[in-house]
Amino acid sequence: MKSAVIVFPGLNRDRDMIAALTKISGTAPAIVWHQDADLPDVDLIVIPGGFSYGDYLRCGAIAARSPIMDKVRARAAAGVNVLGVCNGFQILLEAGLLPGALMRNQSLKFVCREVKLEVTNADTAFTRGYSKGQIIRCPVAHHDGNYFADSETLACLEGDGRVAFRYADGTNPNGSINNIAGILNERKNVLGLMPHPENLIESAHGGDDCRALFSGLLGQAA
Amino acid sequence: MTYQNHIAITPQLVADHGLKPDEFEKIVALIGRQPTYTELGIFSAMWNEHCSYKSSKKWLKTLPTTGPRVIQGPGENAGVVDIGDGQAVVFKMESHNHPSFIEPYQGAATGVGGILRDVFTMGARPVAAMNALRFGSPDHEKTRHLVSGVVAGVGSYGNAFGVPTVGGEVEFDERYNGNILVNAFAAGLADTDKIFYSKAEGVGLHVVYLGAKTGRDGVGGATMASAEFGDDIEEKRPTVQVGDPFTEKRLLEACLELMATGAVIAIQDMGAAGLTCSAVEMGAKGDLGIELDLDKVPVRETHMTPYEMMLSESQERMLMVLHPEKEAEARAVFEKWELDFATVGKTTDDLRFRVLWQGEEVANLPIKELGDEAPEYDRPWTPSVPAPALADDDVPQMDVADALLQLMGGHQIASRRWVYEQYDTLIQGNSMQRPGGDAGVIRVDGHPNKGLAFTSDVNPRYCEADPYEGGKQAVAEAWRNLTATGAEPLAATDNLNFGNPERPEIMSQLVHAIKGIGEACRALDFPIVSGNVSLYNETNGRGILPTPTIGGVGLLPDWTKMARIGFAAENQMILLVGAPPKRGTHLGQSIYLRDLHGRRDGSAPHVDLAHERRTGDFVRKLIRDGVATAVHDLSDGGLAVALGEMAVASGIGATIADLNGQDPILQYFGEDQGRYLVTVDLDPQGDEILSLWNQAEQLGVFAPWIGTTGGTDLILGAARPVPVADLKAAHESWFPSYMDGVIA
Repeated sequence: MKSAVIVFPGLNRDRDMIAALTKISGTAPAIVWHQDADLPDVDLIVIPGGFSYGDYLRCGAIAARSPIMDKVRARAAAGVNVLGVCNGFQILLEAGLLPGALMRNQSLKFVCREVKLEVTNADTAFTRGYSKGQIIRCPVAHHDGNYFADSETLACLEGDGRVAFRYADGTNPNGSINNIAGILNERKNVLGLMPHPENLIESAHGGDDCRALFSGLLGQAA
Repeated sequence: MTYQNHIAITPQLVADHGLKPDEFEKIVALIGRQPTYTELGIFSAMWNEHCSYKSSKKWLKTLPTTGPRVIQGPGENAGVVDIGDGQAVVFKMESHNHPSFIEPYQGAATGVGGILRDVFTMGARPVAAMNALRFGSPDHEKTRHLVSGVVAGVGSYGNAFGVPTVGGEVEFDERYNGNILVNAFAAGLADTDKIFYSKAEGVGLHVVYLGAKTGRDGVGGATMASAEFGDDIEEKRPTVQVGDPFTEKRLLEACLELMATGAVIAIQDMGAAGLTCSAVEMGAKGDLGIELDLDKVPVRETHMTPYEMMLSESQERMLMVLHPEKEAEARAVFEKWELDFATVGKTTDDLRFRVLWQGEEVANLPIKELGDEAPEYDRPWTPSVPAPALADDDVPQMDVADALLQLMGGHQIASRRWVYEQYDTLIQGNSMQRPGGDAGVIRVDGHPNKGLAFTSDVNPRYCEADPYEGGKQAVAEAWRNLTATGAEPLAATDNLNFGNPERPEIMSQLVHAIKGIGEACRALDFPIVSGNVSLYNETNGRGILPTPTIGGVGLLPDWTKMARIGFAAENQMILLVGAPPKRGTHLGQSIYLRDLHGRRDGSAPHVDLAHERRTGDFVRKLIRDGVATAVHDLSDGGLAVALGEMAVASGIGATIADLNGQDPILQYFGEDQGRYLVTVDLDPQGDEILSLWNQAEQLGVFAPWIGTTGGTDLILGAARPVPVADLKAAHESWFPSYMDGVIA
């Protein structure tokens, strides 16, 4: 199972993501600089978190218009799994790979803490390591994680099982609509996730609740 | 445009540059003529207090700065300490007090940016940050605004840059009403054979400018930071720089990539006094001259004068001397990261600092003298007059349970969660202990179980009452906090924040605090490897509490054995290790007195450094042997608050037996030094605890069994039981309620 991590200037959880993928799959992902001409042939493409282009303009807006995103779009259309975490989620939204928008947190403050997530749909490549309704721990660290979509889009997402994760037990850290933490595209091979699963994958992190997300994707035993 | 480089230098102009008449005479004597306008600016930048340490140098020289593990002490961008396996930890703490008061968000943000740059300039990737913040009284009209701006500013820069904030301090006292303190700490990891320094080598080599463009922001910032505030403070806002963490993050990656190519001979970041300070430092250290051509400097706006370019404090800029054959490779790295790369000058063999602009030589100064001949003052200081001790029978009474609840929910002790949740505390995936414990702990990337511990400490109340004991205490408390995790304290950085040193009573505080720091560092083998001095923290003649902040770094050979503050389980013995026979005796300068009785009197607690060391070494051994199940040092609020914090961190209560014959207020709220709470999972009647007590006795350390963990209440002797849930509610609610304006 091969993976690639795409790096834009200003991303800063690329190293965390690379470490998580390497630890769980035993193989280091390919690291793709945003100006690289080629996107290697992989089974999983990850856009990690951070502050691409300083989050100037709108979060993810500048990175989303980088030529590498055309290649990501093509691979996604061909069925390759694409995971965008935090700023990666914002980039996927700005690139039109996922619907809706991420607004400033309701508190207007950056928030870094642990939350609870409910696995809303366990029938996807990203969530097959969990059971439906399972509650897991996961950290968040963001300033703009307040997911919003119009009612029509929302009905679509909810009706088609495209909400993958929801903040649970009153831990919604940002005011996102319907407690949405992560959503899928129509084909369910693109996941945008606001929390940081890469930071809770081993006992040293205080838990490994998020390991199954990666081991499921990478075809490893959870 | 025309630039008046040769204008008449009037006494007013000299004063406006923060230079005294005798300092100006020294300049004229040194160069044998009147300085040009640009040169006057350069001198003011180099000779201000912030850059030259002219009031403190004499005393800083007395601090211990060496040790078997010290690779680089003070004098470079940051200190460097060996942590084994060919790795080093690189760290420093620096103040951004004046700018943060004027413009809290940008002032604090650029403080964080500056200290991160100091660390990666040495070739180290930043792995941990802390911030020691001190604000005025909670009910002062500006405090909320300053807290929210500073915390957001710190977060904005550190979070975007991508370094975890693992610890720090937040304190309130009316004595900071007019001058807040923002002390930023950063630490990085480097290979011991790949440390980079600022000393230029080789004649005729290119001096290369890297990073962001030069703008007009921050012109004269270092001079501003070397003066008191008056009523004209609002006019100083333009002297505050504006931070761009996105550029800094690219600069970090580009610098580390460039360093790996072997192209870098010397590197210096442009911090205070920008281009001037960095160029002079690189040349002077290498016994070389430097010639700068300002027409080559990348600028953000047109029509900048040489004066402005030399004094700009625009952020995210570096100066380097590169191996000529690798210059093309270096340029490619910077172009990849879309950063400016410009050859702006060369090294020379004439020991002159020459600045050219539009074909004109606007400055020509002796480079060594610019730095080395900066005025150095032996400022007069008064003898220290420590505050007198409280009378033996002066123990203001209060219900013990009420006092505990009020302190746990008061501004001094309440949880700082509101603050640290705005900081990314887990990025990089190595945070083993996040804020809220005795010290932050990270694991060392690439090593199976090595860890580093970080803490920041000072008790300004003690320093005000007795600067010498207060200086000792700050070092001892940092050493103690590292020890409480099981770490071996390695070295420290000091950030000395004081008022106007031209006043002998303030100079006395500085002198005695440094003496105390030196004494403690020597006794504890805890050298000072870097630091910063911030003076003139005064507004309209009133100084801050003397605040020598100590940032300590410790090494954990195996972080899986580290201790935490939360009780580990029920039914464990609680030992008060290092206790005096009466457990607690010293109420002078305590939080109990200040916050519950409105009193600021009494002597500062004494630190017995030999006892401190024996006690700490014993506690560390208990942790490393796996005997200690939880550890917390005693500080503000004494035994009661330490127990409260251990209970809140775990949700487990405890029952403590009163010591007969000692006033409960002294037992529970006294702030005697050198004490730790240690829990052990041992049979109180068994041989193991007897053996522990035998070891302690042989070391001369008293470690009485004072109680047992368990239940859902904290029961302090005869006092009414306090539910841990109530303690937690009080502890967690103060900060958010205060910031929401619910309480004053």
